Amino acid sequence: MSNYSIQGATGDFEVVIGLEIHAQISSKAKLFSGASTEFGAEPNTQVSLVDAAMPGMLPTINGECIRQGVRTGLAIGAQINNFSVFDRKNYFYADLPQGYQISQFKHPIVGEGMVVVDLEDGSKKEIGVERIHLEQDAGKSMHDQHPELTYVDLNRTGVALMEIVSKPDMRSPEEAGAYVTKIRSIVRYIGACDGNMEQGSMRADVNVSVRKHGDPLGTRCEIKNVNSIRFVRQAIEVEANRQVDVIEAGGTIDQETRSFDPVKGETKSLRSKEEAHDYRYFPDPDLLPIEFDDAYVDAARASLPELPDAKRARLVGELGISDYNAAVLVAEKENADYFEAILAATMDATGKDASSVATRVANWVIGDLFGAINKAGKTIATSPVSPAQGAALIALIEDGTISGRIAKDVFEIMFETGKDAGVIVEEKGLKQVSDTGAIEAIIDEIIAANPNQLAQYRAGKDKLIGFFVGQVMKATQGKANPGVVNQLLKPKLDG
Amino acid sequence: MTELTKMTIAEARDAMALGDLTSVELTEAHIKAVEGFGATNAYIMKTPEKALDMAKAADAKIQSGNTSAMTGIPIGVKDLFCTEGVRTTACSHILDGFVPRYESSVTTNLWNDGAVMLGKLNMDEFAMGSSNETSFYGPVKNPWRATNSNRDFVPGGSSGGSVTSVAGYAAMGATASDTGGSIRQPASFTGTVGIKPTYGRCSRFGMVAFASSLDQAGSITRTVRDGAIMLESMCGFDVKDSTSMDMVVPNFEAALTGDIRGLKVGIPQEYHLADMPGEIEALWHQGIEWLKAAGAEIVDVNLPHTKYALPAYYIIAPAEASSNLARYDGVRYGLRDVGDGSSLDEMYYSTRGEGFGEEVKRRLMIGTYVLSAGYYDAYYIKAQKVRQLIADDFKRVFEKVDVLLTPTAPSAAFAFGDKSNDPLAMYLNDVFTVPASLAGLPGSSVPAGLSADGLPLGLQVLGKAWDEETVLKVSHVIEAAAGFNATPTDWWS
Amino acid sequence: MSEIDKDTVAKIARLARIKVADDKLAPLAGELNNILGWIEQLNEVNTDDIGPMASPVNAKLRWRDDVVTDGDKQEDVLANAPRSEFGFFGVPKVIE
Ligand SMILES: [Mg+2]
Ligand SMILES: [Zn+2]
Repeated sequence: MSNYSIQGATGDFEVVIGLEIHAQISSKAKLFSGASTEFGAEPNTQVSLVDAAMPGMLPTINGECIRQGVRTGLAIGAQINNFSVFDRKNYFYADLPQGYQISQFKHPIVGEGMVVVDLEDGSKKEIGVERIHLEQDAGKSMHDQHPELTYVDLNRTGVALMEIVSKPDMRSPEEAGAYVTKIRSIVRYIGACDGNMEQGSMRADVNVSVRKHGDPLGTRCEIKNVNSIRFVRQAIEVEANRQVDVIEAGGTIDQETRSFDPVKGETKSLRSKEEAHDYRYFPDPDLLPIEFDDAYVDAARASLPELPDAKRARLVGELGISDYNAAVLVAEKENADYFEAILAATMDATGKDASSVATRVANWVIGDLFGAINKAGKTIATSPVSPAQGAALIALIEDGTISGRIAKDVFEIMFETGKDAGVIVEEKGLKQVSDTGAIEAIIDEIIAANPNQLAQYRAGKDKLIGFFVGQVMKATQGKANPGVVNQLLKPKLDG
Repeated sequence: MTELTKMTIAEARDAMALGDLTSVELTEAHIKAVEGFGATNAYIMKTPEKALDMAKAADAKIQSGNTSAMTGIPIGVKDLFCTEGVRTTACSHILDGFVPRYESSVTTNLWNDGAVMLGKLNMDEFAMGSSNETSFYGPVKNPWRATNSNRDFVPGGSSGGSVTSVAGYAAMGATASDTGGSIRQPASFTGTVGIKPTYGRCSRFGMVAFASSLDQAGSITRTVRDGAIMLESMCGFDVKDSTSMDMVVPNFEAALTGDIRGLKVGIPQEYHLADMPGEIEALWHQGIEWLKAAGAEIVDVNLPHTKYALPAYYIIAPAEASSNLARYDGVRYGLRDVGDGSSLDEMYYSTRGEGFGEEVKRRLMIGTYVLSAGYYDAYYIKAQKVRQLIADDFKRVFEKVDVLLTPTAPSAAFAFGDKSNDPLAMYLNDVFTVPASLAGLPGSSVPAGLSADGLPLGLQVLGKAWDEETVLKVSHVIEAAAGFNATPTDWWS
Repeated sequence: MSEIDKDTVAKIARLARIKVADDKLAPLAGELNNILGWIEQLNEVNTDDIGPMASPVNAKLRWRDDVVTDGDKQEDVLANAPRSEFGFFGVPKVIE
């Protein structure tokens, strides 16, 4: 539970937040036409005559978009509606060729569901999802290319979106950010949306209102098209403070749509009040109801991969990984996939079972690999060290060929050169020395060369054992097997 | 063969099959007829070169033996159907100069069968009208005139150009469309055969939309047999229209057996309007007698919600139209009316204010109103519920009878201006055709007699969903019994 | 149901984006009231327990496969445009 509140002169205000996330469905073709959804094409090249709303053109639905909507609903444990209807939302805009958006209003494909989000203080919170419906995206208007004209590109027109509508269950920017993060993680896991917020594949309309604790809900403002998780948090912060200022100054909040300007750090009104909208929703007579049976839903459910929450539970429960590490590993699908791959490869390379290597693998991925990737400004997808290579390195530690200390040096070289660990160990002669005779001889030399320290140790300064270990490791350039060193050193020091 | 334009489609087909006639000959005769047809204003766009090219291709097709019934037959196309490379406007100013880069599925089917396009036919703007007076290209004059009169009459609407071209021998057949009666009512006004199939039988792809849940393409011909031939070519399942149904298209011509013995014909009592002209009532009774004489069993039936069909229609059709016509905004095609320094919104207002005619604007306003916040349930949902009751009425009745027989329209053709200033009087023209449109049922209008003034009158046959065959069969029997062989006097050439 | 006045006509015209001259508002209100008054006879019909009928077709929606079959026709898309430049449609500048 976060205790986020805004202190006004007259008291503390609670913030109430609901989100409408628009997620582009990962389909090859558009929702109602056979044109491509590929990002970044020349203007108006990925447009069918249906998308351009030529006279007499009719929509036909892409079944994959229905399937992904159903899968997304199942992934948040939502009610799936075997009967849903497309409505027309009527309004005029340059990049809305039909003069209406085909959407689902009265009978959406997915009903109520829920996600659990993780907060920074380690607590969890349930956020309700009101519904998910399918709809068309609009085109793109460019206002800055010509002195008198707005340019219109219809490439995005008709691309399938899922609108995921939350309940007003969030109470802080942090909760809202965590919610978007979680939804993004889920749709990416199941492959329903690529979650790419920079390209607009996911964007959020943020509804914000404030109230004194215990008061009824305040009037909300909708901040349109916020396109990063950071901006979602910032926009809420800024908007909530604006509303508190208005109320404290004796004003009232008008229900309106606003936009967020991250550079100026402010929200501003998008449409004047008198331009009241009346979308005149009615069922699209060019389309019939979407209907499917329970077997279809079952097949969609069977096609779902392990979801982040389940994976995290398994990592902790079955593999003994710490909850913190498990949370880090499952948050991003690519990370989780990398972890699963390197874990499997490590099991192969060592012949050991998952639970006995999982913690070492997890520590290595989160500590060594993520550290290096972050430092180098790379992502897991562009990691120069593949899961198989990482597994080979871990296997060398596991079988005692190299020490953990040496492994760090080997990894550094791997990360820079992309070479295999075995090759580097071979080339640099980094194999661990476990030969008792050789180590014993070095220990004897070290003890002989440090009589003062020996005397102090024997006088009761136990901690000096670390000094002797260090000296041995130094003499062997770190290659001595630490276990063997410890085992041999103590009896000799004790005399 | 002097009067090539007077042949029926069936006759021309047979003559071409025997090698007695070529499509080029037939088409040339029709091109000439179209040239001399200007006074009626039926054609708003003539395509003689295209027609000749298509006729040549048709003759080659016939030579190769690869024919279908429509091969080489010259027809007109209602301007509602998009034709690739040929201007298509739905007779609205707002579609000025629009040349589609695509072909409607219905016309594609006809061209694939080898039919020949003579040109595009006038109609009420966006098919909104019952007299062809709302066309941006001006009204169409009915080929028929009252006995001993030079007064011009309306051809009915919205398919006014279609019926006129066929009645006046300037096309062997024409495509048409019916939203609330736009095939059957003008057919009745011009002594032609109009057939509206079941909703979902003809694809709506490439047909400019008026009211999507009602619009259905159909045929205008001079005989029932021709109607069967042409309709069969137009019909067919189309994946590009989500409301097109995957149903086998029967051999419609084969249904014309002439045998209706034992068939049950329902006479809906609610169609006896109190103020209906006596000659319409008399014609209806005559029709009943013909069918009885042919061995059909006549059954009085009730369609209790009939009277509510028109008001329900005048909510549903304008509501859908208000949304369907939102795409005419001056952005991507057609008219753009914009002053220097105008905003996008100003462009919308003036383009649409300028581009739509009065009747279209009236309906867009009604449609916008009945869908708007606060009125949706009271008007739109109410109308949809009444629509369900009307469909249920038909369903109940069709459990007892095979077809229904009614007059097509409550009057013969009227003179220009008689009803154009009174929208409600105009709407009442469709009182007998609208109920079946709401229910999506097939229907025909067959010429059955003349009014006291010498103007044609039609009878309507309505059938069960997907049972065009029985509609055609009964229509064919009426046609034979009526022996309607009156023709309009050629005042136009 | 309520009478349509001039203001309502103006509001509907705005929603429909149709320019209506001021002196046409009142006559249009009269016409619309006439038509709507006639339409209101529907209130005589008992529609309790009746579902609204959206289409004469009693079937479910057919689905397409997720295959790119269309597009790549910029010229066709723009061919009828009153104004187009560099592959875009051009409209009067929108001030956001
Ligand atoms: Mg929304
Ligand atoms: Zn949306």
